[in-house]
Order: sequence, then C-alpha cells, then structure tokens
Amino acid sequence: MSTSTLHTRALDDLRFIRRTMESASAFTGVSGWGQIAIGIIALVTAFASHTVQPGPTWLGEWLAAAALAVVIGVASSIWKGQRAREPFIFAPLRKFVLGFAPPISVGVVLTFYFARLGLFSLLPACWLLLYGAGVMTGGMFSVRSVPVMGICFMVLGCVAVLAPVSWSAALLAAGFGVLPIVFGALIAWRYGG
Amino acid sequence: MTRPVDASANKDAAKGSRELDELIHHRLRLGMVSALAANEQLSFSELKSLLRTTDGNLSVHARKLEDASYVTVTKTFEGRRPLTTYRLAPAGRRALQRYLSHMESIIQVTRDTLER
Repeated sequence: MSTSTLHTRALDDLRFIRRTMESASAFTGVSGWGQIAIGIIALVTAFASHTVQPGPTWLGEWLAAAALAVVIGVASSIWKGQRAREPFIFAPLRKFVLGFAPPISVGVVLTFYFARLGLFSLLPACWLLLYGAGVMTGGMFSVRSVPVMGICFMVLGCVAVLAPVSWSAALLAAGFGVLPIVFGALIAWRYGG
Repeated sequence: MTRPVDASANKDAAKGSRELDELIHHRLRLGMVSALAANEQLSFSELKSLLRTTDGNLSVHARKLEDASYVTVTKTFEGRRPLTTYRLAPAGRRALQRYLSHMESIIQVTRDTLER
C-alpha cells in the first residue's frame, strides 16, 4: 500500500473513530440526576401554585421554575460529561439543543401571546405538548428513554386539551414533576448518572 | 502540489501497515471498540442501532473481540427479555490506543515526506 493511500485511510479511520465516539456519547448526554432535580422543582411549584388560579402570579411561579430547570439541565449535563471524562459531550448536547430549541421557542412565544390575551388556562396543554415535542425531537439521537419521555409529555398534553381547567395543576405535576423523576431515575441507573 | 513520495517513506508506511492490529482494523470492530471507549457499557441493541448493522453481523464481530479479551460481555435478563451488555476491557482500551498511535504515525510519515 502506498504512503498516500495509507495516509488517506489513516485520516478516514481517525474521523470514523471520532464520529463513532461522538454518536455513542449521545447515550450518556442527558443527566438522569439533573432530570430528577428538575422533577422535584416542578412538583414543589405545582404544590405551591395549585390553589392559585392560572394568572400572572401563577405564570411567574412556573417561569421561575422553568428558568431554574434550564440552569440545572445544562449544568448537570456538563457535570456528567466531566465526571465521565467524556470529551465528546458537546456534539450530542448540540444535537439535542438543535432538536429541542424550535418547539421550545414556539412555546415561549405562545406563552407571552396567551398571557397577553389573558388565556392562561391554555398554557398547561401548550407547555406539555411543545415540551414533549422538543424532548422527542431533541432526544431522537439519545437513549430510547428520552424520546419515550417526550411522547408521554405529549399524551398528557392531549389530556390537558380535553380535561377541565381544574386538572391543570395535577397534569403539570404529572408531566413536569413525575415524568422527569421516573425517566431520570432510569437514565441515572442505566446510563451512568 | 503534492510531491512524489520516496522509497524510505513508503517502507516506513508499509511497516506501520504491517504492525496494525488487524482485529480492530475491521470497520465494524473498530466502531464497537470506539463506541465502548466513549461509554462505560452499551447493550447489544444500542450497539446495533449505533453502528447500523444486523444482529448476525454484530454477534460475529463481538465474539471475535470477546475471544481476544478486548471486550467483556454480561448476559442478564430485563424482565423476561435477555439483555447482553458489552464493556471495553483493559486489553481493548490499550489496543485502541495503539491503533490511534499507528494512525498518527502514518499521518506523520506522510507529513514529513511532504515537508522534505
């Protein structure tokens, strides 16, 4: 084999190794412990706001919880990557964010639109459906548990569309509280944290 | 513009080629070892979907890596379903590191040749 052929093959092999390791890292990209923490925050928020009618105060509480959840989600993924000495965490994380961002951006816009119109009672269904869509599309390259969690969110979103408004707190607690705790525990147990 | 390579460079490259670990030089086995290097463990189905291969193909090549003690296999049950998980053994990790060094040395030989 000539030097140039070997050189091409060597470069190709190195690229293949890097690509495979990046794709394989998707299996460990989402932190299970981070999801559990996010679930607990949502349960506390649902409990604190269950007596409050959907309105500006109620929205403020859920937006504060969402902001905290974003910080915990990102920090726990980075922490997981560093703990596992995983140098390829950013490629799968980028893929997740690219899939997750469009539905979540729509959710942010609709939240402010519905809030401006005073249609707060539409928000639980909107959030569950769009967050589910984001988790599903972002998690397409991750472990199966992640897109399955997205589907569960969307099912709860459909229930929220049909259910009475009084069910909102329970559905939000089930979606943003129970689902991340259950799937987070599964991810932490099976995929190293 | 690329210059023609000289005989000594070809000789170095050929030597490097001969020293390659044929076991992980195979693309699918290289993929398995690389994927397992990035994870503590992976199941059979995760490896299959990651490497886009068939059950039979993956089984054959996993067995070769297992026979060489490059990977360790654990067979358990998840409910009633059998669950096979693979881990990279120390010998497999060393083999991947050697393979990466070989690839880097081949690239270095070419670079040196072009700079002469």
